[in-house]
Amino acid sequence: MIGRALLWLVLTFGVATPLALVAAIALGEAAEGIPPVRFPWNGGAATDSLVLIATDPFYVGALLSSLEVAALTAAACVALAFPMALGIVRARPGPRIWLLAAVMLPFWTGFLPRMGAWIGLFRDSGWINGVLVEFGLPAQQMLYTDAAMLVGMVHAYLPFAVLPLFGVLLRLDPRLEEAAADLGAGPVARLVTVVLPQAAPGIAAAFLLVFIPAAGEYVIPELLGPPSATLVGRVVVQEFFQNRDWPVAAALSLGLLVVLLPPLWLYQRLGTQG
Amino acid sequence: MSLLQVEGLTVRFGGAAALDALDLEVPEGAFVALLGGSGSGKSTLLRTIAGFVAPAAGRILLGGVDLAPLPPERRPLHMMFQSYALFPHMSVADNVGYGLRRAGAATAERIRRVGAALEMVGLEAFARRRPAALSGGQQQRVALARALILRPRLLLLDEPLGALDAALRERTGAELRALQRATGSAFLMVTHDQAEALALADRVAVLEQGRVIQQGTPRELWDRPATRFVAGFLGAANIIEGVALADGGVDCPALPATLRPAVPHGKPPGSPVALALRAERIGFGDEGLPAVVTEATYRGGASLLTLRTSGGAVLRALWPEASGPAPEHAVTLSWEPSALVPLA
Repeated sequence: MIGRALLWLVLTFGVATPLALVAAIALGEAAEGIPPVRFPWNGGAATDSLVLIATDPFYVGALLSSLEVAALTAAACVALAFPMALGIVRARPGPRIWLLAAVMLPFWTGFLPRMGAWIGLFRDSGWINGVLVEFGLPAQQMLYTDAAMLVGMVHAYLPFAVLPLFGVLLRLDPRLEEAAADLGAGPVARLVTVVLPQAAPGIAAAFLLVFIPAAGEYVIPELLGPPSATLVGRVVVQEFFQNRDWPVAAALSLGLLVVLLPPLWLYQRLGTQG
Repeated sequence: MSLLQVEGLTVRFGGAAALDALDLEVPEGAFVALLGGSGSGKSTLLRTIAGFVAPAAGRILLGGVDLAPLPPERRPLHMMFQSYALFPHMSVADNVGYGLRRAGAATAERIRRVGAALEMVGLEAFARRRPAALSGGQQQRVALARALILRPRLLLLDEPLGALDAALRERTGAELRALQRATGSAFLMVTHDQAEALALADRVAVLEQGRVIQQGTPRELWDRPATRFVAGFLGAANIIEGVALADGGVDCPALPATLRPAVPHGKPPGSPVALALRAERIGFGDEGLPAVVTEATYRGGASLLTLRTSGGAVLRALWPEASGPAPEHAVTLSWEPSALVPLA
């Protein structure tokens, strides 16, 4: 109940007002001045920006590749987080709290230094290449690749996937696995027929908790990704600061929101079911 | 040879022994009850036989085969869990058919046997429901069908009636007994309820602190409890303390009386002897031990009287009619020598 009330409070004051402003900008016209936009109520009403981002291959492509990167990130996070969460749940209560703390540890350290660390590892004269060269292997171009970007994304979002999986696996009745074993199920069969189906809501929650924020990620592609990775977050920043085309930037933000609504709705449904 | 032989089984949790060199046998096709209080190790014994707990010492043989190297999924026995442990994400039919699916049974065979198993427990109409949509008694029967469908030679049951209310418990107990007879599987049932154990089982083993302290038929346990604990656990027995006499009698100053049990107590003269005397074996007459009623409790068709003898002993006796003598009333007590059971 309190959770729901708090949610509405945040929705009203933290989401609805800024969203209305973004919508107003998206429906306006780019113009010289401060701010560089003519609002609809000042005679600048236009749907050009919305049409543009929905039809222009560049903007549609940015939305699609954002979804693709977010989906890859979320899938990789869930794949890594599931065995991690299972291991933490199966640890004895003493070590368990420390393992969980280790998962949370990145939240306590700065985000930019951690990205800086990845740059230090990946760059041409970085640590990984140092080791490769030491063993007589050719140095690799790693920084500013899709792979480096994905590694950074997975690193940043992994804890968001571990926590819901930890929650759902912790609530799993160990007697159910024993019953399955008693009826002849080996370790793999127990995982597939008992643990995974029961953890399904947690898996979906973990995926969406990563997928939704990852779709709008700006900093990690900027720091680790290739220039060709024109994801929505980067395009929004370009339009906003470099092209000073606020309506297109706002329309792209709205476009991202619209494509994220179905998964959000799905997440909401899973939440009410669980 | 017995179907199940447990020899010298010891299980330790931390330093404490949950099972202490325990010996137990379950004959082929028998219904054996393990009776004990909480912490007696009875559930640990079942979990060890099923393979969920590793013993520190001892052997478990099923049909002469040592189970030690086998993980739970390869042990040819099944267990019905106390909380039933039904899979909540599967239908009743899928729960019941789970073991057959794991064993790789053909679909047609599985459907047929699941149908037969559900019919056996009267749940044909519920095959497609989820366990959560069933009552406690129905869930219990699903768990039973799921465990019996693989026709185990031995079924372990952990407090199978424990989660049911009193009225349902009696009926379900009778059904359990009938199913056991019909399937021919040996049942090893854990319970803390002495009435349940005595009513259902062919043999009862009483556990105390991880050891079997007495086993026998329900009749043997009821009539000849070996220790104070067994006599007390089976309920409503008086325990009379006394001193052994050279002629085989027992001098009991608390009554006061000299008692002569039909079974010799075998103790040297002068040593303490405890005798069990069941409440319902005490008769009321004109000759015998005088006592005064201190309390009368209505017991549905009978009265449980608490009595004080002139020596100060407190005895409980069953007055066979609903309206018994009131407190302060004087009565005279007597019993057959065979009613007196010397305890170890």
